[in-house]
Amino acid sequence: MAHIVGSGKAASSKEQAGLRYPSNGKTIYHRPLNRTKTAELSQASFAYLFSEMVSYAQRRVTGIQELEKRLNLQGHPIGLKLLDLLLMREPPRSQTRPLTIIALLHFIKINLWTHLFGRQADRLEKSSDPAAPDEYMIIDNEPLVNAYISVPREMSQLNCAAFVAGIVEGVCDGAMFPARVTAHSVGGKEEGEMWPGKTVFLVKFQPEVLEREALIGKG
Amino acid sequence: MFVFPHVTVFALIIINKAGGLIYNRTFHEGGLNKISTNDYLVLAGTFHGVHAITARLNPLRPASTAKRSSTSSVTGGGSGPLTRPELPSGLEVLETENFRMQCFATLTGTKFLLFTDTTQANVDLTMRRVYEMYTDYVMKNPFYQLEMPVRCDMFDRKLGSYIREINNR
Repeated sequence: MAHIVGSGKAASSKEQAGLRYPSNGKTIYHRPLNRTKTAELSQASFAYLFSEMVSYAQRRVTGIQELEKRLNLQGHPIGLKLLDLLLMREPPRSQTRPLTIIALLHFIKINLWTHLFGRQADRLEKSSDPAAPDEYMIIDNEPLVNAYISVPREMSQLNCAAFVAGIVEGVCDGAMFPARVTAHSVGGKEEGEMWPGKTVFLVKFQPEVLEREALIGKG
Repeated sequence: MFVFPHVTVFALIIINKAGGLIYNRTFHEGGLNKISTNDYLVLAGTFHGVHAITARLNPLRPASTAKRSSTSSVTGGGSGPLTRPELPSGLEVLETENFRMQCFATLTGTKFLLFTDTTQANVDLTMRRVYEMYTDYVMKNPFYQLEMPVRCDMFDRKLGSYIREINNR
């Protein structure tokens, strides 16, 4: 009860104000979960934070794959939690978790992307390869997390949006659609001139998901 | 925007706080004679030294403290908690018949040198934008190590298109 000790002055309660004790006495737990419209953050502070997260993940790491794995792991719990939060914010009628792959991917493309980045993902595609019916692609022309990042030439395989891939993977796992999600840079190829940072999030579902999907289709 | 005749930015170099050259790029072919990278390194080091000495020549202005105390007595320190004395600025502009070299030193001691046409106006504005890009695309890049040469594709790209826009105006 530190704030009682210094109560000699009238302003002393103000002095306790800070992150833990806001001046109006309302902590983060008093805020409604539904505030979505005005919840914007500074992109600069996010950029610095993300830069530190990448540097942190880079420590004691042996290869690029391991680095991407770590970034993925940083994002995973966020996805798990966001699924719950975003569904809770849906109007009561549509407050069910997605039951088909297409519904899930649309939820990610629209709700998740809008919540995280303020806009929808640019495209959604199914792999045209008949040998890989379990692969779907979410395409973002310029991922916000990569806005200020230039990957050095010797690490050209790396895409720091692996963090976002981790979030997507968390959402898929949380919705009981276990999947592996990876981020790949495709800028510099075909239409890459226009979007040098273009990134494909490759969603590869586990076989049991497709099996279930086929059963739902029949019924 | 107003239209300025022969508006041209020739080159940009960035010097770290130890006097090392960390970025060097020429934009306008034929504007300046080519000199070797080694010469640019020497130029950076020399300029760094001259800048440091000229900054020491610059007397600390007592006017700024007098102004502060007078404002605080009149308005009760309306200018906020600004107590740090203004840093003495060193050499800012060098001019020759054909080009003008403008220096901008950040608070952390990094120096930006912009070589422009002598008629170029609004160099301050250009400099500000270049500094902004540096803070965005270099400082926020997790793969950039402080005080080391700048090798960031994104910075190169954005800077290139911005300067091209100025040079073609």
